[in-house]
Amino acid sequence: MKPRHKRLAIIVGALAVLGIAAALVLNAFRSNLVFFFTPTQVSTGEAPKDRAFRIGGLVKPGSIVRNDITARFVVTDTAREVAVSYTGILPDLFKEGKGVVAQGKLGGDGTFVASEVLAKHDENYMPPEAQAAVDQAHQASKTLKQ
Amino acid sequence: MNNRLINWFKFASPQSFYPLAGRLWPWFAALAAIFCLAGLWLGFFVAPTDAQQGEGYRIIFVHVAASWMSMFIYCVIAFWAAIGIVFNTRLSGMMTSALAPTGALFAFLSLWTGALWGKPMWGAWWVWDARLTSELILFFLYLGFIALTAAIDDPRRADRAGAILALVGVVNIPVIYFSVKWWNTLHQGASVSLTRAPSMAQTMLWGMLLMALAFWMYAIAIALYRVRVIILERERHTTWVADLPEIKA
Repeated sequence: MKPRHKRLAIIVGALAVLGIAAALVLNAFRSNLVFFFTPTQVSTGEAPKDRAFRIGGLVKPGSIVRNDITARFVVTDTAREVAVSYTGILPDLFKEGKGVVAQGKLGGDGTFVASEVLAKHDENYMPPEAQAAVDQAHQASKTLKQ
Repeated sequence: MNNRLINWFKFASPQSFYPLAGRLWPWFAALAAIFCLAGLWLGFFVAPTDAQQGEGYRIIFVHVAASWMSMFIYCVIAFWAAIGIVFNTRLSGMMTSALAPTGALFAFLSLWTGALWGKPMWGAWWVWDARLTSELILFFLYLGFIALTAAIDDPRRADRAGAILALVGVVNIPVIYFSVKWWNTLHQGASVSLTRAPSMAQTMLWGMLLMALAFWMYAIAIALYRVRVIILERERHTTWVADLPEIKA
């Protein structure tokens, strides 16, 4: 074995060990690395009870009720729902049917009292005309099913 | 030796790489300027408005290309670091030192443009989600590499220490890339990937790819230019450097 083969073997071995170690650590931290909990996780009690956490999902269409600068809306992951109330300025991308991440605490009545609301947009970029065409196609497929 | 093939090992010596880099870098710089102009023109004047984000989305033409480069340059540094340790070549250490500042620049650009994008769209300059945090770690890895190699006086020992840091840090790259898949993050998923069709309009995609190509060419040009300076500095006691026309004059 030439010295340079030995050095190559050491590097490959060290990187493999490092990779496995990193994978194990990341796996162990998995639950702590989530940025937000989904409504389903909240309903199964996975989310922390007494401290602040973030909840993420889609704003349920038709659920936004504005009263002065306090907004009430429902966050859904299509399986479960959580009611959220927030006092403050909502981001521009906050819209019905779009992604949202809210930070706050669960109140006694099951309402999530948010102290911060962030909009989460998706990875799709398209011109408004294309978006209109997509929406139309959705509508058409819905009416076909009915 | 087969005469038809270029003997690549020849260019592992700083003496023969120096003139090659000198001939190559102006071409890459010119290509970078052309691609950059084409990409910016496509991005700002041709690409349509986004249905959700309006005109604000146009920052992706810089943001995504810079983020890609920040990850890719780190992989190239790790590659040269491994070559340097295995073959004990001097040039590979010089290449890592030449690439690191450009990588740090792109990592910073990625974080900075991301903050400028995040504020209007998400409503926050910064959040501690997995994607943003791992990219910040990448930026610190670059700074750590630069600081470590600068702190050791003997360049060969500095290269070795830097190479080990670079190789250890390479675990962060898949974490950055897959963070949006593995965990719930505020950052959206990838719009462009090798495994499926891109989820963006054609002209937007072309603008982004042209900008990525421009940054790529820029990184090559500036790294070649910088490695020439590093070669001159480290080989200043050799006769071939003393015989160079630009040194003699």
